[in-house]
Amino acid sequence: MDPAQIAKMIEENFAGHVLGTATHAGQVGVMLKKDLIKDICRYLRDEPSLRMDHLADLTAVDFSRYPGDTGPRFEVVYNLISTVYRHRIRLKARVPEEDPRIDSVSSVWQTANWHERETYDLMGVKFDGHPDPRRILLPEDWEGHPLRKEYPLKGY
Amino acid sequence: MGVIQNLFEEGYITTTIDSFLNYCRASSIWPMSFGLACCAIEMIQYYAAPQHDFDRFGTVPRPSPRQSDLLLVAGTLSKKMAPVLRRVYDQMPEPRYVIAMGSCAASGGIFNTYSVVQGVDNIVPVDVYIPGCPPRPEALMDGIIKLQEKIKKEKYIRKEK
Repeated sequence: MDPAQIAKMIEENFAGHVLGTATHAGQVGVMLKKDLIKDICRYLRDEPSLRMDHLADLTAVDFSRYPGDTGPRFEVVYNLISTVYRHRIRLKARVPEEDPRIDSVSSVWQTANWHERETYDLMGVKFDGHPDPRRILLPEDWEGHPLRKEYPLKGY
Repeated sequence: MGVIQNLFEEGYITTTIDSFLNYCRASSIWPMSFGLACCAIEMIQYYAAPQHDFDRFGTVPRPSPRQSDLLLVAGTLSKKMAPVLRRVYDQMPEPRYVIAMGSCAASGGIFNTYSVVQGVDNIVPVDVYIPGCPPRPEALMDGIIKLQEKIKKEKYIRKEK
C-alpha cells in the first residue's frame, strides 16, 4: 500500500490525533498526538490491510537546539514495516521537556522493550507501562542522559 | 631438532635460579583474553592462524583468569565494562601482567567521549602498550616478546626489602 494512503487511514480512524504528515524522499512521516500512540500502533499492527508486524526502529530526537523549532522538546520516532505487504510508515510524537512521558508500545511489539530502554537511557524519555524500565547501555548508577543536547561530549 | 642435533656432548650448564625461573615463566605466559572490540579479531588471528602461531612462545590462551599470567586487553573499554575488567584482574594469581592492545585500550583512542575509559591504565596497571588501530599481529607478537624481556629481568623469588 502507498504510504500516503496508510497515513490517510490513520487520519480517518483517529480523527484529531494526526497533526500532519511530511513526505521526504518517498517516505511518509505522520505527526501524532502522544496520547493514543499505543492504540494507533495496535491498529496498524492488527488492521488486516496493513499488518505492520515489524517495528524496525524506535528512537527519539532532541529538538532543543533545532533552528526555528518551537514545539515540545523531544520527538519519539517509530519506523514500521509490514513484512507481509512490504510497506512502511513512520510515526512521530512530540513529548514536552517538563514531563517527557509517552505510552510504551512494548505490549504491541516485543522488540520495543529494549528500544524504549535505550531511548530512556540516552534521551531520558520515560515510557509508561514499560515492563522493565531500567537503563540498558550505561551503568545503572549513571546520572543524566548523554544524547541530550546540553550533555557535554566529555568530562564525565 | 635440526641445527642443534649432535652439537653438544652430554653435559650440564650453570645458571642462576632467577634466570632459570624467569626463563620458565617467560616461556609459558598464559594470557587471559579480554577481547572487547575489533582488536579482539586481530588477537584471534594471532592465536589461531598458522602464519603467526602464538604457541611457539609458550603463550597458550586460557579461558579462566585463575589459570592466567597475562591479561590481554584488546579493544575499547567502556565505563560499564570497567568493573568487570578490574574483577578479572583481581582474580588472577600473582605474578600477573597486563598488555593493553590497541589505541583504545592504551589511551581511549578516537573515543574521547563520556562513556569510554581513557586507557585501561586507569583501571589496572599496564606492563606493555601496543599502539595501532588495530595493531598488526606482528605488533602483538612484539608486545609478547617485550613482556618476555621484562619478565627475564625480574628478580621474582626474592622480595625487595
